[in-house]
Amino acid sequence: MMQEAVAFTPQVDASSIARWLWLIPALPIFAAGIISVLKQPRRKLASSLAIGSLGISFLIAITAFAHVLNGWSHGYAVREVVNFSWLTVGTQAVELGWVLDPLSAVMLVMVTFVGLLIFIYSTGYMEHDENYTRFFCFLALFAGAMLGVVIANSILLLFMCWELVGLTSYLLIGFWYFKPSAAAAARKAFITTRVGDIFFLLGIVWLFAQTGTLLFYDHGAGSIETLALGGLLVHQSHWGITAAGAIGLLIFAGAAGKSGQLPLHVWLPDAMEGPTPVSALIHAATMVAAGVYLIARVYPLMSAGAIAHGEAPGTTTALMVVTWVGASTALFAALIAVAQNDIKRILAYSTVSQLGYMMAGLGVGGVAVGMFHLITHAFFKALLFMGSGSVIHGVHEEQDIRRMGGLRKSMPITFITYAVGMLALCGVPIFFSGFWSKDAILESAHGWPLSRAPYYMLVFGAVLTAFYMTRQVSYVFFGQYRGHSHPHESPRVMTTPLAILAVSAVALGVIGTPAWPWFRAFLENHPAYVEMHAFAEPAWLMLLLTSFVIVILGIGHGWWLYGNKSPRAEEPDALEKAMPPVWIVLANRLYIDELYGATVIAFYYWWAKVADWIDREIWGDIVATITLTFKGWARLNKFLDANMVDGAFDKGCEEIYNGGGVLARIQNGRGQIYLRLLAVAVVILAAILIWSGRP
Amino acid sequence: MNSLPLLTIITVLPVIGAAISLFTRRHSRGVAQVTGILCLLLSLVIWIQLPRDGSIGLNELHHWVPSLGVQYHLGVDALGALMLILSALVSLMAIDAAHRVHHEPGLFFALVLLLEAGLFGTFTALNFFHWFIFWELSLIPAFFLIKLWGGPRRGPAATQFFVYTMVGSVALLLSFLAIYHATGSMDFINLAELAAKGYLQHQVLASLGPVMMWLTIGVLAGFAVKVPLAPFHTWLPAAYSEAPSPVTMLLTGGMSKMGVYGLIRIALPLFGPQIAAIRTPLLILAVLTIVMGAWAAAAQKDLKRVFAYSSVNHLGYCLLGIFAIAVHTGANVSDSASQAAALNGVILQMFNHGLTAAAIFWFISMIQFRSGGLRGIDTFGGLRMPAPVFAGLMGIALFSSLGLPGLNGFVGEFLIFRGVFPLSWQAAAVSVLGLLVTAAVILTVILKVFTGPVPERWASFPDLHGGERLGIAPVIGLMFLLGLLPQIVIERVNPTVQYLLAHWRF
Repeated sequence: MMQEAVAFTPQVDASSIARWLWLIPALPIFAAGIISVLKQPRRKLASSLAIGSLGISFLIAITAFAHVLNGWSHGYAVREVVNFSWLTVGTQAVELGWVLDPLSAVMLVMVTFVGLLIFIYSTGYMEHDENYTRFFCFLALFAGAMLGVVIANSILLLFMCWELVGLTSYLLIGFWYFKPSAAAAARKAFITTRVGDIFFLLGIVWLFAQTGTLLFYDHGAGSIETLALGGLLVHQSHWGITAAGAIGLLIFAGAAGKSGQLPLHVWLPDAMEGPTPVSALIHAATMVAAGVYLIARVYPLMSAGAIAHGEAPGTTTALMVVTWVGASTALFAALIAVAQNDIKRILAYSTVSQLGYMMAGLGVGGVAVGMFHLITHAFFKALLFMGSGSVIHGVHEEQDIRRMGGLRKSMPITFITYAVGMLALCGVPIFFSGFWSKDAILESAHGWPLSRAPYYMLVFGAVLTAFYMTRQVSYVFFGQYRGHSHPHESPRVMTTPLAILAVSAVALGVIGTPAWPWFRAFLENHPAYVEMHAFAEPAWLMLLLTSFVIVILGIGHGWWLYGNKSPRAEEPDALEKAMPPVWIVLANRLYIDELYGATVIAFYYWWAKVADWIDREIWGDIVATITLTFKGWARLNKFLDANMVDGAFDKGCEEIYNGGGVLARIQNGRGQIYLRLLAVAVVILAAILIWSGRP
Repeated sequence: MNSLPLLTIITVLPVIGAAISLFTRRHSRGVAQVTGILCLLLSLVIWIQLPRDGSIGLNELHHWVPSLGVQYHLGVDALGALMLILSALVSLMAIDAAHRVHHEPGLFFALVLLLEAGLFGTFTALNFFHWFIFWELSLIPAFFLIKLWGGPRRGPAATQFFVYTMVGSVALLLSFLAIYHATGSMDFINLAELAAKGYLQHQVLASLGPVMMWLTIGVLAGFAVKVPLAPFHTWLPAAYSEAPSPVTMLLTGGMSKMGVYGLIRIALPLFGPQIAAIRTPLLILAVLTIVMGAWAAAAQKDLKRVFAYSSVNHLGYCLLGIFAIAVHTGANVSDSASQAAALNGVILQMFNHGLTAAAIFWFISMIQFRSGGLRGIDTFGGLRMPAPVFAGLMGIALFSSLGLPGLNGFVGEFLIFRGVFPLSWQAAAVSVLGLLVTAAVILTVILKVFTGPVPERWASFPDLHGGERLGIAPVIGLMFLLGLLPQIVIERVNPTVQYLLAHWRF
């Protein structure tokens, strides 16, 4: 179990690697800039630039990670910051900066590594696309923005990169912009996440106004360090929540938008309109994880108060909301995934569900629990998405799993790697990383002091996960092939990344077992010991048993219904035959999109019409009345009557417009009407001034 | 210091250009371009020569009508100088966009240059009499530009524009006559000092009775129409959409800033306590401007009307910041930090909105040239296919308008929200809705105009050609520059903000 926390010596002075950390996001962004001005035929150069820049970033990330690891193994809590002033308003500096600590180091390695594999895979997947160079431009820009989010030590810098991530995601989802569905999905993604972002922005300005700094860490003066948190706790906001809690909730709204949490998850399944590598990069491994990472980054703020009162960290208002939202999302999205037929949509809902697990993990168990699942999930879900891309590629752009089948024979590498990813996602005990990370979440949820309900929701969600993945794999890889084209295995450039990810999906579990909780120790800055007796703990054995039951229930049931059945494509689903009403509701995604269409979106259009109507009718009428009054008054006044209202004015304009030779007309007098108008106005002004009789 | 009267020169220069332009019909655009470039360079020289402490510099003071307290008094601080740069830039962009004026090009460019002169005069004059002449003078060329070169419903639009702003001006004029009557001064600096010491209020009370609040409302009305503040904005959509696009650029990029400038230069220094007293209703109107402006944009079918309302929305943030600043303060340090942030944000937003909105109307004008005057939002589709550079560059301008970090639009809005939130969290909380709706509006424009399949008739929609790219590229570059390094502007603006705030009394 938990080690005695040894007080690590803080190390805050920026080493040279920390000073050069900005290169990690800057290199891909720079590459994107160069690619953007390349001509379309320079395909090879474009992809080489993107891959090369991210490759160097990966090496720097590894170096940075090694540096932190080295510090950790010598008993230093590395948190090196580099801050600088971006601008100064009043006497207050608006500061940006970056931070190298275990959290950012781990994330940097994951994002650059998975990103690199996806970039390489894309050279195969997008080979025949005519906008190949632009694709790599956007990919590189995305990677840079995402890495910016990771290293940010300033909530403003984080937000800026965050929005840039949103932009690149918009561009990549709508990459095939000539498809109306892709364009609509891109817009939906941007706007839905922006709903969360406006709350996030309010949270930022509140935090800034309250603490006077935008930096997370600033040698004790940062906004999420003890001093500032104390101030935030004293300050009561409205409705009995501390300022820390309210700001935490606002920030969580932003995280919920990006990470597809209820009720802002609707954009993520639609985002599958983008090319499949995009889905793997953005909607599995990195961007959607940004929300989880954000909550991990501001965890001291989210948990502020509980520790001061000697309670478990997960009991603050903010983390309570995170837990409930996360657990609900996990269960709800898993339910929907059961009844989808598009291979990518199933994975999309699965991602939403797993993000719910991560959020719940953060809520009930803390940074290490949530982040561990984020890391393992990034590998196995990227693997699954890229595997699905390989399948789609192999069956010639077919995405409906009912029109696949039997692909294990024609696509053996894809099948084996996909199966590894699937087993990891299902959480098959001992051998797969997904088991260890999901297990840690369930363990923490079981011990959450406030309620046992999230635990049951997560357990049920896990059964469903095993079920829907078995259904998918049965449909795609087992039985008879039901499509029309001839399936083929993908090229090496696509299968090699799959193999690397598959190995990682198995191996990564090692760093987070109860016997050697290295990952937690590393993130929380205490030493890690190997203690094999942790496996003998009764509580853990119970959990292992639970996991076995979950997996057997889910996979067994799935196999019983779908395994090797090879139904015809038009035939109703096995589940549909068993429970038609439930199936219809789930297949229609619980009608959430329809609900939004009838409420939020309808309101938007209705209110737009109202605003326009008010403008035309109400204000317009008032103005008309004023104008009439003005005209009536003008009739009493000979000057205005002759020159302004009566059309002589208009007629004069027409004449100037239609004739030629302006100067001639100004000389012969007509143009002077307007100058006269001005002259008279000046005379009146002067007259009034003189009349008022001041010396 | 430089002894050249730079501010007089920059104002006279476009007038000379206008005169030359009238005589050189064929080459009038060239004349206008040369004049525009000279003005831009001059405005940059002025920017460089600003005093470092944020006070008003480059003063030119001559007696004009001493018996009336009318002086020829010019001077700029960072606010004024930034507006000079903006006016020069927007005028140049407008001249660039107007490359197909067939009717009376000489007169057209002469009027554009006169309008530019009017803007320069308004942003440099420090005596009411002198300032007011320019304020009105700029109206006249704008009126004729709409009236003579505008769209099919230009007549009513021009008249409404003229009458509306005239009513505002009359209210403004009456208020200032009363103030002159009470104090014998028309000098802004002088009056601001009186107000800061609290004398202004007393003098008005002594000579005219308790009318200070009415005077405040009169002055605010003049500016509210110009900016505009809801519900005084109804002239705007008609005027913006009926005006030829280059003129729309001048209206939104330059003239709308006259109102905001007036609020900062005149209304806040002179009527601080009064504005603070009616702050809540003013904030409600500002929030209404933001939210309803954005939403009304969502209902429009004409590209120019969409961005006309979007302009209303963006200027609403300036108004929000300005009214939020007007809060009765003691020595509350956190309030003054918020005020400084908000005012910096407002000034930055003025510049950024001018730049971005002018760029967007520049692109719309290019769309109109290519489509024979069409600009319906549903008329187009898939233009990104035949015109990728067009779509990309206009996309950057649109995302700048949406407030994407890294581009210029974001910084001002962030600072405004940073400042407004502690001063009035309710106003800030409702106003963020504007950010959301604006995003929806702009992405819908992109969706409908640039994405989807290309209809047959637009399959050969011409992309931006070399000259056009060259014309807009510096503007796009500036959007990035100001988005990434706003400090290059803030370092001059911030001292002025601090100087102003130190001299204001609420």
